Amino acid sequence: MRKWVPALIPALVAGVFANQTVAGEITVKVTIPQINTAEYHRPYVAIWIEKPDQSVHNNLAVWYSQKKTDKGEQSDKWLKDLRQWWRKSGREQSLPMDGITGATKAVGEHAMTFIEGKAPLANLPAGQYNIAVEAAREKGGREVVRVPFTWPVKKVEQAKATGQQELGNIAIELKP
Amino acid sequence: MKKIITLVSLALGIGASVAHAHGVWIAPSSTILSAPQFVTFDAASSSVPFMIDHRPLVIDLLTISAPDGSKVTPVNVMKGELRTVFDAKLEQQGTYRLELIRSGFRASWKDAEDKPKRFMGTAEALAKEVPSDAKDLKVTETDSRMENFVTVGKPTALKTTGKGLELIAATHPNDLVTGEPVEFTFLVDGKPTEGVEVAIIRSQTRYRNSTEEKTYKTDKNGQLKVTLSEAGMYWLDADFKDNKVSNKVAKERTLAYVVTFEVLPQ
Repeated sequence: MRKWVPALIPALVAGVFANQTVAGEITVKVTIPQINTAEYHRPYVAIWIEKPDQSVHNNLAVWYSQKKTDKGEQSDKWLKDLRQWWRKSGREQSLPMDGITGATKAVGEHAMTFIEGKAPLANLPAGQYNIAVEAAREKGGREVVRVPFTWPVKKVEQAKATGQQELGNIAIELKP
Repeated sequence: MKKIITLVSLALGIGASVAHAHGVWIAPSSTILSAPQFVTFDAASSSVPFMIDHRPLVIDLLTISAPDGSKVTPVNVMKGELRTVFDAKLEQQGTYRLELIRSGFRASWKDAEDKPKRFMGTAEALAKEVPSDAKDLKVTETDSRMENFVTVGKPTALKTTGKGLELIAATHPNDLVTGEPVEFTFLVDGKPTEGVEVAIIRSQTRYRNSTEEKTYKTDKNGQLKVTLSEAGMYWLDADFKDNKVSNKVAKERTLAYVVTFEVLPQ
């Protein structure tokens, strides 16, 4: 018996990994455009993975001001202006959301990498999805940009879409 | 105004089978909120819904119910010449319901000198003030319900009472967006009813040449399906007539239901 135990180990190890591919990765780069206006406020932004039926698979990030306003109002007062996100997911959440909500971001490109199965990105069954990015700005406008993708990928893939007003380039990079 | 218009249309003989309660409305400053806060309301009767051009609405009978069923008292109530204003502090998560239920009896007859007379009020007052043998006496029971909904956070389910004309919206009235079909079911005394006449008008009629009023009738399941392609505040009026009177002095009962809802862009 002792003789074949060492021989068994590699087989056991192989068995453990047989059903487990390496977790995929999604990098999302969101550009908040420079907007020339007398009174600029950073936009509220929600980023999520959308299923083909337009429901939310998974929230990835929500940037909003968590400070109270001068009047003592909660800043989540304005979260409803992220209209689609609020309707499809936001109103169901208890805020702030751990690992997802954060402060508003400055003008420029913001890159985030999400690893499948590791919070906040849940397991992503094979299928068609969108990365959806919605931005709403105080005294400004609102915009949703979607970047479609198919999951999983066999090799590194890139996709991009560009907003017209409230969002700049939304670039995604998918890794197997 | 509803009553006035109804009476006028009866007098002029232009009343269709059902006289629409054109022009009574309550408009909230917001219908969807992500945090507890004050909401302000305008209430009036006017030539076209949401146009402030006629009379303030009497809101003595208005109730505001919180999601847990408790009542909220309207504050800063101001009855102006053209509209009534009030505020309500919405502190709970869920859907708040505003209800304004008006019911009573309406009578018209001719006195000894053949002059037209009118009455509006309770059955008791009617018995006292209207001679039961009056000439051309016509008595109608009226029952109207006006509703508004405002949601903080996630919309909560709405219950019906089983009395009068009521609406069940398959999509919550605070969850409407352009392009998605909405299914309405109208109940009379709790039963889905065919033939309820429904009119829908979008706000801001001043800035277009037609009110673009859309009219519908419920099918045999009491339903109608609409897709609202434009965002905005909408006024819906439903009317029905039957003979299920609560007091035999009336031969006929007219039921009305009015709701304001908001449709947001996608």
